[in-house]
Order: sequence, then structure tokens, then C-alpha cells
Amino acid sequence: MKSEPRIVEVRQNVFRQNDVTARELRARFRDAGVFVISLVSSPGSGKTTLLEKTLTAMQKQWRVAALVGDLATENDARRLERSGAPVRQIVTGTVCHLDAAMVRRSLEGWDLDELDFLFIENVGNLVCPASYDLGEDMRLVLLSVTEGEDKPQKYPTIFHGADLAVITKVDLAEAVEFDRVAACGALCAVSPGLQVLEVSAKTGEGMDAFLGLLASRAITQGLAR
Amino acid sequence: MHELSIAASIVDLAQEEAEKRAVRIVAIHLTLGALSGVVREALEGSYEMVSAGTKLEGSRLVIREQPVRVYCPVCREPRDLPSIQLFVCPACNSPAGEVIDGRELLVTALEVES
Repeated sequence: MKSEPRIVEVRQNVFRQNDVTARELRARFRDAGVFVISLVSSPGSGKTTLLEKTLTAMQKQWRVAALVGDLATENDARRLERSGAPVRQIVTGTVCHLDAAMVRRSLEGWDLDELDFLFIENVGNLVCPASYDLGEDMRLVLLSVTEGEDKPQKYPTIFHGADLAVITKVDLAEAVEFDRVAACGALCAVSPGLQVLEVSAKTGEGMDAFLGLLASRAITQGLAR
Repeated sequence: MHELSIAASIVDLAQEEAEKRAVRIVAIHLTLGALSGVVREALEGSYEMVSAGTKLEGSRLVIREQPVRVYCPVCREPRDLPSIQLFVCPACNSPAGEVIDGRELLVTALEVES
């Protein structure tokens, strides 16, 4: 005889596995004294170009490395290798985001003690990466001037979860009639107090402020000594 | 579309619980935070697909949506945001403070029969 259904209380975080791995990674990064910065944005917002210039510039002073996620191809890793920094590609296949386990796997064989900064470029996607902690210290979200100024309001979760918003391709701002006030208003609406920087990786505009900010955040946390 | 892998995690998690308790699951109760990055409709569709052919086939997902709850530093009260497009206190319009609730995706209960 079948009994009546009854309710059993459980309390299980569905992201548990990823969160546990991310916590382990964060502890490892902390112990090694490496400051970890991830980048998220839609495809084509300029993550790889910004990262290439960032790695090239930071290498003069710091020991830097990068992981780069894409559904397919190793093209981005090849581009980033031009900076001279160690780079590894994470090919996700059909997966639309990086998770903590992928980061852990791709770090195998790297001595984190030998690094000051590690960059993780996520798959170009403003939706799925929002759910996955990668153990990073700082998450950057990029918004290029060629995208709609209201993008933060279309993808509030990812913009809300970022520690810094970087407006990219500002050399094109005038040509595309980029509305700064509208963009900053949209960012502020989904994340009050979010720090916003404008850069052009192409012309170098804003890069000093950007690099200075990364270094000062790392030093504030007692990392990248 | 990461809901497919999330649905698979839910199925694994529920099956583990069912085996531990030697019961059959009729429904899974979930709390879905507005800031979890998970879309309800996509999750429901994915769950049906992923649970097919497992012991959970035919079981239901009972989803409770959790709005974003922030602490308003001006009101000194927790407040629920009516929308995630605007992080301001619905009572006093000041910028929202810390998020207290709304990031979670939790399995809270199982409806089971022996």
C-alpha cells in the first residue's frame, strides 16, 4: 500500500560543489599571495585586447599570468601569449561559462607562488557566468561604448555582482554617440556605488588609472608584494 | 543556457537524498533567488529533460521565488526590491545597501513517499 506523500525538510545549496571548490581556490590564492582578477562581458566587448595590453604593461613590474575561456579555438591564448606572459586556454566545448573546477584543472602544474597577478577571462556571456564563483578577488565587467547604454539593466545580475565596471573602446565614443550619463545611470541603478573606469586599450587612454587601481586593490589586500 | 547543468545537479542531489532515506521523490521544493542568475522557465524545462529516464521521472519542481532583499541603511530595515533593475529602497528611495537574500538556489524540501 502506498503511503501519503510527506514532506522532508532538507537545505541544500545547488551551487554547493562550485562554491566549495571556489573557496578552496580562494584559500590557495591567498596562501600563494596572488591577486586574482576575472573579466566578464558580452562577446566582442574587448576583453582580450584589454587583457593583452594589461599583461604587457604589468609584466614590467609584476609576475602575471592568464587563463582564458572560450567555447572553441585557442586563438585568444595565442593573442595573449604575445605579451610574453604565461597563458592557458580553457576550451569549454559547449559550456557557456567557466566554473571553479575548470579553473582548478587548468592551474595544474603552475606554481602560484611564482605569480603576483592571475587574470581569468571568462567566456563572452553576460548571463551564465554570474552564477559561478571562481575564487577570484575581484570581478571586472566590461561594457563597450558600441553596446547599448542600457545593457546593465538588461543583465542586472552580472553587473550587480561585479567589483568594477570598465567602459571599453572609449576612442569610439564620439563616433557611436555614446551616452555617458545614461550608461553610468544604468550601472548605478543595478549597483549603487559601483566604481566605473573608462579605457581605450587601443589608444592607451585611461590605462594608467586602470592599472593603478588593480595594483592598489591588490596591495590593500596584502597580496602581490 | 546553464540551467541544464543546474537541473542535473538538482537531480543528483535529490537522488542522493532519496537513496539515503529509501524513499521515492514526488516533488522537489526549491527557493530561487532573483539574483541567482537562473531563469525559472529554463530550469523547469531542463528539469523535465534531465529527470526523464531517472527515478525522478514525473516528479515536480515546486519553485518559490525569492526577491532580492537588501538592508536599507536609511530605514534600518530589510526591504524586498520589486525589481532587480533598480537597487534603491522601495520605501525611501535611497541606494540599496547589502544584499541579504536573493542570490540563493536552494533545495529546501522533498515531497516523498515510501
